[in-house]
Amino acid sequence: MTGFLGPNGAGKSTTLRLILGLNEPTSGSATVDGLRFRDLPRGLRHVGALLDAHDVHGGRTAEGHLAALARTNGLPRRRVGEVLDEVGLAEAARRRIGGYSLGMRQRLGIAAALLGDPPVLLFDEPVNGLDPEGVLWARGLFRRLAAEGRTVFVSSHLMSEMEHTADDLVVIGRGALIAAESLAEFAARGSGGGVTVRTADPAAAAGLAAALAREGATVRPPGGAGGAFTVTGMDADRVGALAFRSGAALAELAVRTSSLEDAFMELTADSVEFRKKKEGEAR
Amino acid sequence: MNAPAVRFRDLLAAEWMKLWSLRSTPWAFGVGAFAVLGVNLNATFADYRNYPNYAQGIRDLFVPIWAMRDAFTLGGAMIFMLATGSIGALVIVGEYGTGQIRTTFAAVPDRRAVTAAKTLVLTGVMLLYGFLVAAVSFAATQAVLSGRGVGMSITYEGAPAAVAASALLAPVCALAGFGLGALLRHTATTIVTVTGVLLLLPALVDDRSRWSATFLHALPQGAWRRLTQVGDSPVPVDYPWTAGGAWTVYAAWSLGAVAVALIAVHRRDV
Repeated sequence: MTGFLGPNGAGKSTTLRLILGLNEPTSGSATVDGLRFRDLPRGLRHVGALLDAHDVHGGRTAEGHLAALARTNGLPRRRVGEVLDEVGLAEAARRRIGGYSLGMRQRLGIAAALLGDPPVLLFDEPVNGLDPEGVLWARGLFRRLAAEGRTVFVSSHLMSEMEHTADDLVVIGRGALIAAESLAEFAARGSGGGVTVRTADPAAAAGLAAALAREGATVRPPGGAGGAFTVTGMDADRVGALAFRSGAALAELAVRTSSLEDAFMELTADSVEFRKKKEGEAR
Repeated sequence: MNAPAVRFRDLLAAEWMKLWSLRSTPWAFGVGAFAVLGVNLNATFADYRNYPNYAQGIRDLFVPIWAMRDAFTLGGAMIFMLATGSIGALVIVGEYGTGQIRTTFAAVPDRRAVTAAKTLVLTGVMLLYGFLVAAVSFAATQAVLSGRGVGMSITYEGAPAAVAASALLAPVCALAGFGLGALLRHTATTIVTVTGVLLLLPALVDDRSRWSATFLHALPQGAWRRLTQVGDSPVPVDYPWTAGGAWTVYAAWSLGAVAVALIAVHRRDV
């Protein structure tokens, strides 16, 4: 399973549309298994996709919608019941989609993607509108689909959604690729890790900071001004030992692990398009 | 699951399912037919009541001119054009307007095949619908008029062609609506444009100058008026034209609309 991340407006949805041949790229090309999707006569057996849960005609029932979709690809009618069971919409199958909640539409979109039992699945922000139980269900489903050997490509603007599900990450910002690597490699990019130190007596901080710097650690702010600082490049055991040797009484010694969220925020900081300007920042 | 064969008839079946899985479809067809027959029969009953008071000049020409006009009145034709044009437009705009089109094309990347299936299903349904409404209208109105001894038989020279012209209004207008819908892709804009082209434009031009007559003749409604005229016109016509020309206008609108839809749907991003 691959997570596809980027801030709002980064081009995630556009990328997925280019893959599916819904939009034509101004340059370059997109292929799935070496083939341009638009050159395929039928798509559902190759790629299952949920782009936008609202991309359905609200006047049809879930059953009617899926039955027509299955028929276009020559899929047997029984697939409709099977995928509706899979996503938990069997009870609502004969209700018109117009009356569905966003969460139900997401489930319907996932059902449509599964119709052709495809080896490649694309989901654009699939958990939007799902309740917590639904989010857990979707994660479980994606993991299972990936475990069955399928390529599962899930976009999101929230790193936390990927933390427990994705194996690999593709991160984009402002239409450009920022990272494409394993989750572990990506997490290591974050500079958020380190050891937070606060001395009981602010005056002792300078001595400790100097001692740490001599041993090769990086202290921020430099010199430990203010009595509280962050140490990177050294584990907490050694920081504690050095503090003991330099005679600085510690009020706090805490290990901070770098989170994916930190790595994501740092990497995409320059490409976030829509945010409130900081005080005094030039427009 | 074995890979199913790629069959065009599956697309036809799917489009048939999509058309009839909308509740509005049977309603639109039903209300349209009811309104057309109601308007035509209303005019027929008026003639039936007033016939004893008609001057001899009108009685002489009642068959075929006035009897044929009762069989399919201008008012009935306008309702028919609006209903079929709108249904045709909604077959495509209903997908663009809701976003369903993206789901459709993600399932069937061959957009020309989808468009072709849509136009074929629409044409087939409209042919059947058109002939049903035109035949019932002809039979019912002439049955009423026969009470005065002025009902036409379908064997009257020119009557089958006139009934066919009214029947074919359905597929011609539906395809025109479909083509405009594929170009405009926005529901309200499309319906307004369809109404303008099919109903408003022919009402705004007359056939008294060469330019405006040519323009009127090139519209589906102008062609329909020519084709439903049986026998010689009771009033002089400044710029007469042939029935063959009018049939050509029908064909040109149908084929032109399909061509426009095929190109527009294939080329543009969704």
